[in-house]
Amino acid sequence: MAFLEISNIQKRFGEHTAVHDFSISIERGEFITFLGPSGCGKTTILRMLAGFEAPSVGSIVFDGRDVTHVPTNKRNVGMVFQSYALFPNMTVAENIGFGLKVTNTSKDAIAARVREMLKLIKLDALADRYPWQMSGGQQQRVALARALANKPKVLLLDEPLSALDAKIRISLREEIRELQRELNITTVFVTHDQEEALSISDRIVVLNEGRVEQTGTPSAIYNFPRTRFVASFIGTLNQLSGVVVDTALGQIRVGEQLLVTSNPLDDLHSGQACTLAIRPEAITMEATGAGKNTVQTVVDDVSFLGSIVRIRTHLGAEVLSLDVFNDPNQKLPARGDRVSLSFAFDNLLVLA
Amino acid sequence: MNVNRKESRLGAWIAMGVGATYFLLPLIATFEFSLRMKRGEYSFEAYKVVFGDPQFQATFGYSIVMAIATIVMGVLLVVPTAYWVHLRMPKLRPLVEFITLLPLVIPAIVIVFGYLRMYNSSSIIPLTGSEHATNFLLMCSYVTLSLPYMYRSVDTGLRTIDVRTLTEAAEVLGANRATILLRVIFPNITSAILSGAFLTFAVVIGEFTMASLLDRPAFGPYLQLIGANRAYEPSALAVIAFMVTWASMGLINVFGQSAHSKPTR
Repeated sequence: MAFLEISNIQKRFGEHTAVHDFSISIERGEFITFLGPSGCGKTTILRMLAGFEAPSVGSIVFDGRDVTHVPTNKRNVGMVFQSYALFPNMTVAENIGFGLKVTNTSKDAIAARVREMLKLIKLDALADRYPWQMSGGQQQRVALARALANKPKVLLLDEPLSALDAKIRISLREEIRELQRELNITTVFVTHDQEEALSISDRIVVLNEGRVEQTGTPSAIYNFPRTRFVASFIGTLNQLSGVVVDTALGQIRVGEQLLVTSNPLDDLHSGQACTLAIRPEAITMEATGAGKNTVQTVVDDVSFLGSIVRIRTHLGAEVLSLDVFNDPNQKLPARGDRVSLSFAFDNLLVLA
Repeated sequence: MNVNRKESRLGAWIAMGVGATYFLLPLIATFEFSLRMKRGEYSFEAYKVVFGDPQFQATFGYSIVMAIATIVMGVLLVVPTAYWVHLRMPKLRPLVEFITLLPLVIPAIVIVFGYLRMYNSSSIIPLTGSEHATNFLLMCSYVTLSLPYMYRSVDTGLRTIDVRTLTEAAEVLGANRATILLRVIFPNITSAILSGAFLTFAVVIGEFTMASLLDRPAFGPYLQLIGANRAYEPSALAVIAFMVTWASMGLINVFGQSAHSKPTR
């Protein structure tokens, strides 16, 4: 049995069902992310794990113990909130020691644990500061230390980086991952930011309208999206409408061009309309080779994005964008130029 | 444009001057009159007489004790109620606000007659049957009277903090509801509670109707008694009562400003 088992949970608010039949097994020490847009049910599932909401149906088991109806304060979970939620009347040290104090831990033990946690988050010097005297990033690190001080079974992170500015967000997410690995704590992270999810997780659960769209490693989710929703939600993706020509040979017609995919077309038949997807970085302007599709397109726009340059072209009525690494010596095509693009059969995905 | 601005500023000063004269002139006159107890000279004789009167000390002391008891009872009643409304029943907020405003529209005399009917010595709960019970009844009636001020202050304080997230953060760390209220919510709305407390204090110190009809030796009935029988002392008492109210208002401002300049510790 997995360390954390969520079995067939549903959550209804009156007539509205926020979560439909959600199940997942999470191993000890795993970092799992619930990813999806607002209202997809990710926070509701996290709140059910914390005990703030009770599932309408289903069960939640932590380390062999059914906690479905156990109150929050008896679950031994740690949680970090988007808004930090530090107690404004308490110093950093008092905030970190709060959980230990309410469980009647001795003063010496609290002081030792607080010191240990402050060292862990590298804020030893700020023990006597109040939350309002610190930056957002520092406050969130204190919130993390507070959540870990009680040695919780599971760490829940509710969009902890959303309120921070870009640079701090990246450094703090690396810090969170490092701490999580060091402590080997089972962690559930909720975010709507796909880059965050891809960079930090062992596994990602993509949710949409209360249902799981796809579960997998960041690489699998990004490279092999199984549904149109996942494909469009994660990263930038070219989507092309086509008609199946030959399922055995993997041939699909897009406008006047005949493309080949090496991905299976088992569920389709000849003449059937389908949606194809290809990542911009999978397309090159290099000469064609074996196992590659080559298409003639016209450049509509060239956008300089720093480390990469995005070139938007059109293939009949379809838009096809590609990303190339920025190279000061490379000559880029101009608007209206005809370019030939190529991409591997493997990279042409067929979406459900 | 500058001329218009100057004109509007002059108009504002005139309006303020008229308002200040309307409010301050009677006060200054009362104060001046209270100093004329000794013929032909200004003195604080009236104040000396008032402060030396054992009845003043007894009634003022009684009202202070009642005010403190009212504040304690009011805080214990209002803070958990307002907290619960914020946390679990935000839809009920307008209804609770309406209920807490009722003492402003129902005259005190109506409330006290209601009490006398409900709690007279031949009723099931004969609170007017003994002195202690009547004191308790008077304190309850003061809690009712101060409800609009106390509830509003606490409600405003709760709006300045994220009640739900702080509660959840404490809960997840193992705290129960009582601990959350005492260690997280109370300390973060101290200045709001103090504002409500000072307003309650000001209301209770000068209250006449309830204390008089329940026949309790409070400061309000004493003020009325002196006013009916003496010449200079009532003016001195009026000035003292104003000072108490103003001191309460001043303390509200002090705590309000410190709450704005930095979070409550």
